[in-house]
Parts: sequence; C-alpha cells; structure tokens
Amino acid sequence: MFGEGILKGLGETARNFAGSFVSAERLTTVQYPEERIAPIEATRDFPFLVYDGTDWEAGLRCVACQICEKECPPKCIYIVKSTDKKPDALGKPQIYPARFDIDISVCMSCQICVEVCPFEAIKMDTEFELSTTDRFGGLLYDKKELAKSNEHYHKIHPTEAAEVDARLLEEKVKSEAKAKAAAAAAAAKAAAGTVAGPAAAKPAAPAVSAAKTAEGEKQG
Amino acid sequence: MIEKADQIFVILGHWLVSFLPVPLQHAALVLLGVVAIIVTFPALFAITVLLERKGLGRMQNRYGPNRVGPYGLFQPIADGLKSLTKEDIVPLSADAVVHFLAPVLLVVVVFMGYAVLPIGRNMTLVNMDAGLLFFFAIGASSELSVFMAGWSSRNKYSLLGAMRAVAQMISYEVPLLMSSVAVVMMTGSLSLGKIVDVQNQYTFGLPHWYIFTPWGCAGFILFAIAATAETNRSPFDLPEGESELVAGYFTEYSGFKFALFFLGEYVGMMGISGLGTTLFLGGYSSPLLVLNWVPSWIWFFSKIMLSMCVFIWVRGTLPRLRQDQLMNFAWKFVLPLSLLNLIVAGIWRFMGDGLLRWIVCSAILLLAYVVMARLGMKREHFGPRSYRYAE
Repeated sequence: MFGEGILKGLGETARNFAGSFVSAERLTTVQYPEERIAPIEATRDFPFLVYDGTDWEAGLRCVACQICEKECPPKCIYIVKSTDKKPDALGKPQIYPARFDIDISVCMSCQICVEVCPFEAIKMDTEFELSTTDRFGGLLYDKKELAKSNEHYHKIHPTEAAEVDARLLEEKVKSEAKAKAAAAAAAAKAAAGTVAGPAAAKPAAPAVSAAKTAEGEKQG
Repeated sequence: MIEKADQIFVILGHWLVSFLPVPLQHAALVLLGVVAIIVTFPALFAITVLLERKGLGRMQNRYGPNRVGPYGLFQPIADGLKSLTKEDIVPLSADAVVHFLAPVLLVVVVFMGYAVLPIGRNMTLVNMDAGLLFFFAIGASSELSVFMAGWSSRNKYSLLGAMRAVAQMISYEVPLLMSSVAVVMMTGSLSLGKIVDVQNQYTFGLPHWYIFTPWGCAGFILFAIAATAETNRSPFDLPEGESELVAGYFTEYSGFKFALFFLGEYVGMMGISGLGTTLFLGGYSSPLLVLNWVPSWIWFFSKIMLSMCVFIWVRGTLPRLRQDQLMNFAWKFVLPLSLLNLIVAGIWRFMGDGLLRWIVCSAILLLAYVVMARLGMKREHFGPRSYRYAE
C-alpha cells in the first residue's frame, strides 16, 4: 500500500541480478553452438529414407509405391518409379525409386508419409542444422541425400527402431514360412498334377497374390 | 596536483584554444565544450545501453548480449553499425519533412539541456542565471518532437503513442517543476551553479545536499518519479508500449532515425538525471569531505551513471501502468504531494535551525504520504469478481 510492494519487487530483481552471477542453476540458458542438450527421443523434423546393410542404393526399403507422395499434404515428395526391378534387401526383385526428392522447404514435418508407408521405408530425422546458401537446390533433397542407414535410425529413435525391426523380422519369418508352404504346396500340386498339366497349376498363382494382399493390410 | 586533475579539461581547453588568435578564442572555447558534450554523452549512451541489456538480462536470469567481442562489450558498436547500414524507410503517405525533422529536433533539444548543467567545477558551458528555467523550457520542446514524429508518420499506432506521450509528458511536467521549485525557494536562485555551490558545504564531513532534508528527500523522490515519466521510461513507457502500439510514436522510423530517437531518449534520461543530481544530490560535489580530492567531474558522471542504473533496475522490476493509473497517479498523488512539499519547504525555511523543524517537516510529509496512499488505495479495492450470465 505504501510502496512496499515496489521495494519488495526491487529486492527480488536485485536478488536475481546478484544470484545469476553466483549460482549456475539460475541461468537456464543453453549457449547453443557451444553447448547442446540432447534432443528428446520423439524429436522429428524432416523425413529420410531407411536403407538396410551398407550399400545405400541397394538397401533402400522404398519400393516406389508412391503412397507417401499421394498422401503428403503439402506435396513435397516427388517419386519416379523405375521401369526395371532390382533385388531388394531380402533378395526379392522389386521396383525401386528411380528418383525420390523431398523439398524440405515445403515439408511441414507432419509425419504422415511415415505413418502411411507400408514398408517402414521412410522415417523422421532429427537433423536440424540444415541451413544452406542455396535456397532452391540446397533444400531439395534427392535420393542420395535422403538415404540414411538403419543404424542411424537406431541411434536417433532407439525404441521406435527396435519396434520396427521386430515387426520386420516377424514379417520376414512369416513370409518365409508362407513361401516355404506355398513352395511345398506347389511342389505337391506339381507332383499330383503331372497328369492334369498346366491347367492345375493356375489356381496356385491367385492363392499367392491373396496371401500378399492380406500381408499388406496387416502392415498398413 | 589535485587541483590540476580537477581542472584538467578546463586547462586542456584553454591550452588548445591558446593556439588561436585572441578574438577567436572565446568562440573556440565554447565550440570545444559543445564538441566535448556531443562526444561524451553518446559514449555514455553506448555504455548505458550495454549495461541495460546485460543488467536486465541478469535480472531475468539470462546472459544478455555476450557474442560481440569479449563479454559482448562491442555490442553497442555493432548496433550502431547496423542502424547506420539499415535502409531508411519513409512511409509513402508520411509528411516527409516533419518526419525527418522530428528525430533531429529531439536530439538537438536533448543536447541543448546540457548547456546549463554544471558537469564539474568551472565546467558549465553557459553559466546562465536562469539555468533551471532554460533546462525546463528546452526539455518541454521534446514533447513537440514526439508529437511531430507521431503525427507525421500517418500511422494510427504512432499517433496513439504520440497522444499518450503528450498527455503523459504534460501531466508530469507539473510535478517535475513543482518538486524543483522547492530547491529554487531554498537556494533563492535559478542558477544551477549557485544551487550546487550552496550544497557544496560540509558539516562534520557530511555534505549539505538537499536530499538529506525532509523536503529534499520527498522532493527527490517526486522528481525521480516525474523524471521517469517525463523520459517515457518504464513503468511509464506507455507512449512506446511495444506490446500494444508496436513502438509508439517511432513505429515508422527505421535505420539511423530510429537510432536518433533511441539516442535522444537515453541522452534525455542522462540530462534529467544530471538535473536531479544538480538539484538534490549536490551536483559535482563529493559525498564526503575526505573524498574531496577526487575530481569533481568524476562525481558528476558517477552520480549520473548510478541514476541510470536505478532507471534500469526499476525498468527490470515494474510492469507498465495503465493510462488511467498513470493519470490518477500524476494528478491525485504526485502533484498534491509536490504542492505540499512546497509548503513544507517554506516551513523548513522559516523555522530556523534546530531539531524541531526536522520533526515537524518529516511528520507533515509522512502523514500526507500515509493519508494519500490510503485514499488512493480505497477505490482500488475490488471485491471478488462476479459474473452474470444472460438469461
């Protein structure tokens, strides 16, 4: 009432002023380029393409299905499908992206591409020091710049990457078992249908494709 | 030796001038003084800005600027270069001439105030008999520059800021003058040199500063409040009001014109601190008789810098007032108290020496303060907020 509130306030600021010189915990500022705090695990900014193994080009999980390109709200992804097929990490022949560009100046870090990807091929990165002197070319990342190893993914998002790996392994085991069963069935059919000829071999193919779609749904 | 150190600038000036022919010497000496003022105070301004940014930072538990040079000491230089190289934009619909003149006028006016301030012993540029009057007359012109800036910008924020500034500055001009008039009454002179001379005496090694009397202490506090408002400093920085008015009257200024406003504001603050120092804190006189060997100008500058630190401290502490609070405070609290202070100064003058006048004057002022505070708080007492819903 008589100005003692003002005096109290002045005392408080004086205490802060003096205290910031003596106690380090008062100064919460992290002096960025020299000091850094480790990013929290859920940090994300821009997408990258995961590859298995050591060769980035051969190991890319992406099969150029273009789902992410279609789902991307700001339309920052540009994919050109390859015309030929190359063996992927599992050795299966797959279509691969001849071109995969992301314009990170357009990307809004929504993570929708990650969520729609059925192949765990695109994930969010944590790299944020991306400034460049070339604002067009420098911010348009091509396949090579986007490709990062699975180890990198493990490093930045350990929990999530472990889950993804477990899921992929499970699928791999399942598909191998299925392939084995299909192969066995085909062999049995072939053995049984030597008389019936090529007409009997036909139903085997739809059975395989049906199994594939079921698998795709599970992944989605 | 002590005398030499005290008078070093005077001696230096006379020595420099002695190379010129005699008829030119006087004019050259004055010119030299002007140059010295124009160089010194912007340098102090740079130091103050750095102090403010670092000090405010520390008060808010941050580092403040620490990137440019060691400990960020070159920050003012970087700021100056930046404002020099920035584009100077004049709005298309602005009144270009007035828009240009406003910052110039502010800086000119603010520097002219220093002409009458006794910076040290024999270091007054113009030892005017009516120095105090001159200072206030010149100081009042800064309102004109503020309004010119706000009006010529043709921007609603600028104009609002300028309106606020004019209302505020005129309101606080009155208590500012009233609290200084007490000093004039006691000294019997408007000359700032004379006012300092009267205070530059010592009993038991303690100075006769006016702040050490009841009326002087009250007068100094009132003067400080009014001076803060007069220079548009926080908590009275409504004319700038960056949270609601962008930057108030200098919203439309950029580049070096903006820097001139900034400079004008701080140099004005230093000027009014210098006046307050002269009136109540004994100007260039030392706080203890035993410290009289320190050159007088050092005392003046340290008192100015100390009051700048208080300005910064207050800015770091108090939030901005509302417009009605500002006006109420000026007209219902500061002005009545400063008027009463005039009466108390008269009582002090005519009661003669002795303990009695101390008791009487302090009692009157304290009583008035308590009563005014209670009255002021009465209407501010709000009950719990109630809501009424529409049926």
